[in-house]
Amino acid sequence: MKIFVTVKQVPDTSGKVAVKADGTLDRASMQTITNPDDLNAVEAALTLKDEYGYKVVAFCMGPPPAEPMLRELIAMGVDEAVLISGREFGGSDTYATSQIIAAAIDHYGIEEDDIILAGRQAIDGDTAQVGPQIAEKLGLPQITYAGDIKKEGNTLTVKRILEDGYMMIKVQTPCMITCIKELNTPRYMTVSGVLGAWEKPLTIYDYPTLQDHPLIDKSTIGLKGSPTNIYKSFTPPQKGVGTMLKGDGKDTTNELASILAAKHII
Amino acid sequence: MAYDSSKIEDFKNVWVFCEQRQGVMMPTTFELISEGRKLADELGVDLCGILLGDNVDGIAAELGGYGADKVLVYNSPLLKDYTTDAYTKVICDAVEEFKPEVMIFGASNIGRDLAPRCAARLHTGLCADCTHLDIDLNGYIEFLKTGSSLDVEHMSFESKLFDVNKNLKMTRPAFGGHLMATIVCPRFRPAMATVRPGVMKKRPFDEAGTKKVVIEHPAFQLAESDIKTQVLEVVKATKKLVDLIGADVIVSVGAGIGKDVEKGIALAEELAAVLGGVVGASRAAVDAGYITADHQVGQTGKTVHPKIYIALGISGAIQHKAGMQDSECIIAVNKNEAAPIFEVADYGIVGDLFKVVPEMIESFKAVKEAK
Repeated sequence: MKIFVTVKQVPDTSGKVAVKADGTLDRASMQTITNPDDLNAVEAALTLKDEYGYKVVAFCMGPPPAEPMLRELIAMGVDEAVLISGREFGGSDTYATSQIIAAAIDHYGIEEDDIILAGRQAIDGDTAQVGPQIAEKLGLPQITYAGDIKKEGNTLTVKRILEDGYMMIKVQTPCMITCIKELNTPRYMTVSGVLGAWEKPLTIYDYPTLQDHPLIDKSTIGLKGSPTNIYKSFTPPQKGVGTMLKGDGKDTTNELASILAAKHII
Repeated sequence: MAYDSSKIEDFKNVWVFCEQRQGVMMPTTFELISEGRKLADELGVDLCGILLGDNVDGIAAELGGYGADKVLVYNSPLLKDYTTDAYTKVICDAVEEFKPEVMIFGASNIGRDLAPRCAARLHTGLCADCTHLDIDLNGYIEFLKTGSSLDVEHMSFESKLFDVNKNLKMTRPAFGGHLMATIVCPRFRPAMATVRPGVMKKRPFDEAGTKKVVIEHPAFQLAESDIKTQVLEVVKATKKLVDLIGADVIVSVGAGIGKDVEKGIALAEELAAVLGGVVGASRAAVDAGYITADHQVGQTGKTVHPKIYIALGISGAIQHKAGMQDSECIIAVNKNEAAPIFEVADYGIVGDLFKVVPEMIESFKAVKEAK
């Protein structure tokens, strides 16, 4: 009875973002954080663990410096972490990434009553594609945009949020669910959790670990195995500064109204 | 012969997934058909809509009015409500049968559930939440001249890897709007994209197109056992949601209304009413619980381009600016003269919104009455 939670370490795009002269991101100057939606997935896993006694295993694909982030998740209550790391995996797009993470979860072993939880999307790419693509690669049903999850035996009832309402959906485990921030409020690390975080298992899956898995093939992973490529990247243009009106009184708003009227804007 | 997504010469035509809910076409579909028409013309191929539902023939012909040459309609009680499994199966089987070279979906909560699943099954590339699409290289270069800070005159657009004139160039924001990336899918077909609602411009409706469009019902296979989830109910929001995307005027509130939330919103509503608009909000105002999330403009909310956008007490985080900076006329009111919102404003007033907005309402009313 396990819950796999997929997590990603991302640059904090809400803080100061530095772009280098060549139009790429200056990652070195940016803070990294656990992707916010992924923390909602971790919280959902821990809530289910508290009630039903699941073992929660976090899966992260990224470079070795992601380890402290995984230790923080363990300090929150995650039981075990797997870091999928290898040069061969670098440069993967969502297709290749989902292939690798699906292989890693399958390598660990999926049983009848297991659940895979993911954040809706990561704030660096905002694609929301890896969750559904992992589900497809594993042949599991998926429910995205989960705003509520209820469990009864091996059946989950999930509230799937839509722009104009919601759907209630029933699904059998094993399945994949992606979580949105409205689902819950992530808990903090506990003192005992922090103290014990370095004793819990953290396993590294590198290319040799996964190379015999049927989903892993050099032609479908990494930069070379990615169906999409970046053609150009650039910064959006800054719109020119407009007119700053003087003052904040009635004269000012009258001036604004007459300018807009003269230009037939109002 | 086995389906092979890498035999790109076998693929032809542009497809649009035509999303409907409860038998009503989603407005974004018309934007996508309009954009798909442009891409199909650039490629010199047909534009085809693919419409799934239960008894939805009645809404197919309208797609012709926005430029569709053909609509493939798949009717089944099993397609009445959206399920990932049923929709993925029918679409993937159709793609394998007819082999389109480009396929676009709306980046709705349904499109973004469906498209990645289809791309993974069909072994092809997908670019999420695009804000600009091009086939024609010259059109792309023209777009970059105004849409980027690149020195396009001194750049090379050639590629040794693929034909830059025939591949779909999919442009999207990344890193919260700090960067834009143009993605290509050169080795597999169809090149797939989800497109952000509200970004592509709808073409003028052409009645003649609705009579010319060819409606087809290809045979397909779908059984209850193909669907592993069960939809218990579909609930529409009872509160009427605000239509930011269709609005001509948006008056948005930010964290600056925190001093007196009720009054701040009332002022925004009154100003919006004077101009015939609706009330929007920044993420900060939504996160603080001042107003519901359907009002949110910006990266994780919505992209808008109304005729008039008035930002009240919004500092202008990059996500917010990315969501509204294409508005025709932007007016910002903020106490802080260094607020980034002024960088995109056509007209700025430095001042307390609780003082300025009542004056603005009076001034606008006076001008309107004088007309």
